[in-house]
Amino acid sequence: MSIGLAHYLAVAAILFTIGVFGIFVNRKNVIVILMSIELILLAVNINLVAFSVYLGNVVGQVFAMFVLTVAAAEAAVGLAILVTFFRNRGDIAVDDASMMKG
Amino acid sequence: MALQAIAFYLLAAVTIAAGFAVVSARNPVHSVLFLIAAFFSAAGLFVLMGAEFLAMLLVVVYVGAVAVLFLFVVMMLDVDFAALRQGFARYMPLGGLVAGGLAIEMVVVSTTVATQGAARLNDQPMARGAAAAANVTNAEAIGRVLYTNYIYFFQAAGMVLLVAMIGAIVLTLRHKPHVRRQVIADQVARTPGAGLRMVSLKPGRGVGE
Repeated sequence: MSIGLAHYLAVAAILFTIGVFGIFVNRKNVIVILMSIELILLAVNINLVAFSVYLGNVVGQVFAMFVLTVAAAEAAVGLAILVTFFRNRGDIAVDDASMMKG
Repeated sequence: MALQAIAFYLLAAVTIAAGFAVVSARNPVHSVLFLIAAFFSAAGLFVLMGAEFLAMLLVVVYVGAVAVLFLFVVMMLDVDFAALRQGFARYMPLGGLVAGGLAIEMVVVSTTVATQGAARLNDQPMARGAAAAANVTNAEAIGRVLYTNYIYFFQAAGMVLLVAMIGAIVLTLRHKPHVRRQVIADQVARTPGAGLRMVSLKPGRGVGE
């Protein structure tokens, strides 16, 4: 049985689901939430590359590169916010982060 | 072909197992290490698909930069991670329900697209892409498109990274008190009149007297 598009799409779908599951079960730990978002973006990238290769169009890989860029920027800013939050609160429990609620 | 199938199943299994370990590991340091494993095996999947450039990019950017950034932050913050795991079991049923539904939907849709949708019209499934057709390497094929049709997007991506870098620095920068710093505005605003004072001194007496 040769490996086709469906196999890669299935892997990406499972990875995406694991990412969503991780956001649900680790509601307090924002570091793991950020890692789950990275997993979701990785799944998206696998989808983009699989379709790019399947359709013989390299633009999908270019788009995956932009997704990679945005993911890196998001991780950098997210972790910077996390460090600032930790300095102010001495904790990173995000479920009771309601300072801006007023 | 059999070798390709073995490689695919091995890499896919490692990717998914590592991905699951990321969200279920007790220690966040282990989570980060499993994240690195997931990225590595996903890069292997990319190589298997024939997207070598993106695979190397994944290793360099994700493993080399993002995962190490995560590792730094996890190790730098002095947090009781055991307390943060409270509620893991409580949210498990809801999370499992949503994730299971999502997984079934997406697998059904993607297999349908791959086997019966418009993608079926492609007559050379999983060929080595446009790169093999045009007889150029993967990196060259990407470069030809990226630096011509997508040059503005490329520049915009650079701008996104610049803004993210400045934002991260501004957010985490901390000025220590009692440290004298250079005030450039004062230096620029300084005039000869303000910087020079003529004092007439009597012989044998200092300025302060």
